[in-house]
Amino acid sequence: MGSSEMCRDLAGEVEKLLKTSNSYLRKKAALCAVHVIRKVPELMEMFLPATKNLLNEKNHGVLHTSVVLLTEMCERSPDMLAHFRKLVPQLVRILKNLIMSGYSPEHDVSGISDPFLQVRILRLLRILGRNDDDSSEAMNDILAQVATNTETSKNVGNAILYETVLTIMDIKSESGLRVLAINILGRFLLNNDKNIRYVALTSLLKTVQTDHNAVQRHRSTIVDCLKDLDVSIKRRAMELSFALVNGNNVRGMMKELLYFLDSCEPEFKADCASGIFLAAEKYAPSKRWHIDTIMRVLTTAGSYVRDDAVPNLIQLITNSVEMHAYTVQRLYKAILGDYSQQPLVQVASWCIGEYGDLLVSGQCEEEEPIQVTEDEVLDILESVLISNMSASVTRGYALTAIMKLSTRFTCTVNRIKKVVSIYGSSIDVELQQRAVEYNALFKKYDHMRPALLERMPVMEKVTTNGPTEIVQTNGETEPAVLETKPPPSGLQPASQNYLQILEINGFHAVLFSTGIPSITAYNKNGLKIDFTFERSNTNPSVTVITIQASNSTELDMTDFVFQAAVPKTFQLQLLSPSSSVIPAFNSGTITQVIKVLNPQKQQLRMRIKLTYNHKGSAMQDLAEVNNFPPQSWQ
Amino acid sequence: MRFMLLFSRQGKLRLQKWYLATADRDKKKMVRELMQVVLARKPKMCSFLEWRDLKVVYKRYASLYFCCAIEGQDNELITLELIHRYVELLDKYFGSVCELDIIFNFEKAYFILDEFVMGGEIQDTSKKSVLKAIEQADLLQEVRHPQTHLWSPQNTPMETP
Repeated sequence: MGSSEMCRDLAGEVEKLLKTSNSYLRKKAALCAVHVIRKVPELMEMFLPATKNLLNEKNHGVLHTSVVLLTEMCERSPDMLAHFRKLVPQLVRILKNLIMSGYSPEHDVSGISDPFLQVRILRLLRILGRNDDDSSEAMNDILAQVATNTETSKNVGNAILYETVLTIMDIKSESGLRVLAINILGRFLLNNDKNIRYVALTSLLKTVQTDHNAVQRHRSTIVDCLKDLDVSIKRRAMELSFALVNGNNVRGMMKELLYFLDSCEPEFKADCASGIFLAAEKYAPSKRWHIDTIMRVLTTAGSYVRDDAVPNLIQLITNSVEMHAYTVQRLYKAILGDYSQQPLVQVASWCIGEYGDLLVSGQCEEEEPIQVTEDEVLDILESVLISNMSASVTRGYALTAIMKLSTRFTCTVNRIKKVVSIYGSSIDVELQQRAVEYNALFKKYDHMRPALLERMPVMEKVTTNGPTEIVQTNGETEPAVLETKPPPSGLQPASQNYLQILEINGFHAVLFSTGIPSITAYNKNGLKIDFTFERSNTNPSVTVITIQASNSTELDMTDFVFQAAVPKTFQLQLLSPSSSVIPAFNSGTITQVIKVLNPQKQQLRMRIKLTYNHKGSAMQDLAEVNNFPPQSWQ
Repeated sequence: MRFMLLFSRQGKLRLQKWYLATADRDKKKMVRELMQVVLARKPKMCSFLEWRDLKVVYKRYASLYFCCAIEGQDNELITLELIHRYVELLDKYFGSVCELDIIFNFEKAYFILDEFVMGGEIQDTSKKSVLKAIEQADLLQEVRHPQTHLWSPQNTPMETP
């Protein structure tokens, strides 16, 4: 298989051979040309003159290879495509002859003459007819003919039909033809041959976006394919089913999909669970149905649910305010029996922590309220904490839930205090830290406890996903301010940190803040430089600093140049400033953007050098900026 | 087509034809992976599977697996026909072909494949012309080495070793 240099050298030879009278040579030359074009597309024009007569061949071999050559040229270059469009009528004629002609023993396969050539021609027609109305119209008849006349009893016939369907879907065919194509695919679905069914499902997946209604008609057959034994077919059927769910059929489809989730192989469960969550979110007919569906998924495939589904679910539950009592009751019942499925336990502990009072008071409207005592609730949370099966994250959830219940429960506060103090000496650092902080809450800040642990407000949907936040272990917490909840007034700054720990623990998701305080980096001789900060959502190591330089003297500062240097572990990028003149009397500012890359998350320090002309003399100053707020670099 | 492999049920590679230049190390790796995947398939499963970014079409004839890797836009069903056509050609040439024929006459198997498929595309759709070309090549061989040719398919019965 030649290299590109060889192709360049030999292209001339190949082109000559394309014109020889020996058909054996010609077909080989055509395929050589294909290879040359694949390697060196620029040589395509060389072969153009030789292609003029290619379609007039009688020899099937040469015809076949010529069609391949033409296909390759049209795929690679839109000019060639336009040029060869005029060949459409000729191709249609050749195809027609193939179908109509009598039996030809050397090209025949199970009664169909030269299926390879037919398929190739159909493929070329597909490329030529794409986005072109005239060509598509010229092809309509022949496509309909092939579609209706081809024998479907053997694989060959189906191969041709498959290619025909693909072509019909791709060109600008009329709607009758499209419906015909989808019906052919529907018939394929009922075929006994697995290969055919697989091929049908794949094609339907491609067409479901454009011809949604037509595909819906075959929904029941597709859903039946979910029960097939073959793995590839099941996967395709699952993807197609998700594509077909809409407002009308969501209840029925969900039932089938949940049943599928129960019985399918482990490698599908994660995808299926995510798909069900997405579909349920989009089309849920009622909040109760939505929560029921989520519960069902958590209990059947709990351990396969993706980690990021947990915060989403929690948010969903918070938002359906009237369902809180029902939700917490069902979750409680679910983990009573079995607390090994981590996502389920996490969601359940969070809910019990939040709504435990509703659970104990038996206030459920949707179903029969159960009688639960505070001790029973604490029992289950404690068993989660002790169990070997619980992951560290789950234990964190459970401990926080127990803590929250200290304000919601009335008679078991002492028990909670005891549990919390036990975990103050736990080996797990995360648990230990939480326990210590909660202990402190009991001892020193008991008066603040109710305010801190009150109910979470309804969260707004966050579009950017923040990663799970890990609370620092040295006691210095991240004062990451939540966008939606303003800190309650009247709380002292020290307790704000605790409030935020609890909120972070509750959400286990960080909403990147825009509220990093700005600083004055330099203020001397009337020149003041302020830094405002922004963190990048896409790259957590990047901090964007916008500097604003203002001048409070009575004369302008001209030729202002700002330079900055950072320690070796950082990288700095200075963008161009808005201007080089700072007008007097604070009447205007120069802004400049600095991007700092801080992959090692070290404390940000910067040395700045300022040069400018003021009152006729050149001024220069060096300064160090050390007062960067922690949120700008952590 | 990217490549074609023939291997036995025990995992022995009988024939490999690559239509895209790949490093030896990569070839070996791909062959090993693909053999594992295909041999693990149960008999009733469908003949197509997705592997890396290619589609793989395979069919089992007696003790041999014929495996073709095709690109995304190629037609899988017609590839099955291609495999069948190749088997038919082998059958016509060797007369009721079996795995041993391919083991002992592997260069002929390669010749037939090269006459049928070139650069990953079918050269000639007519069985007759492919076989005619092979016959002519055989004649050339006989003319040039009348003493050294050890066997020709027409007149030596195969003994099972």
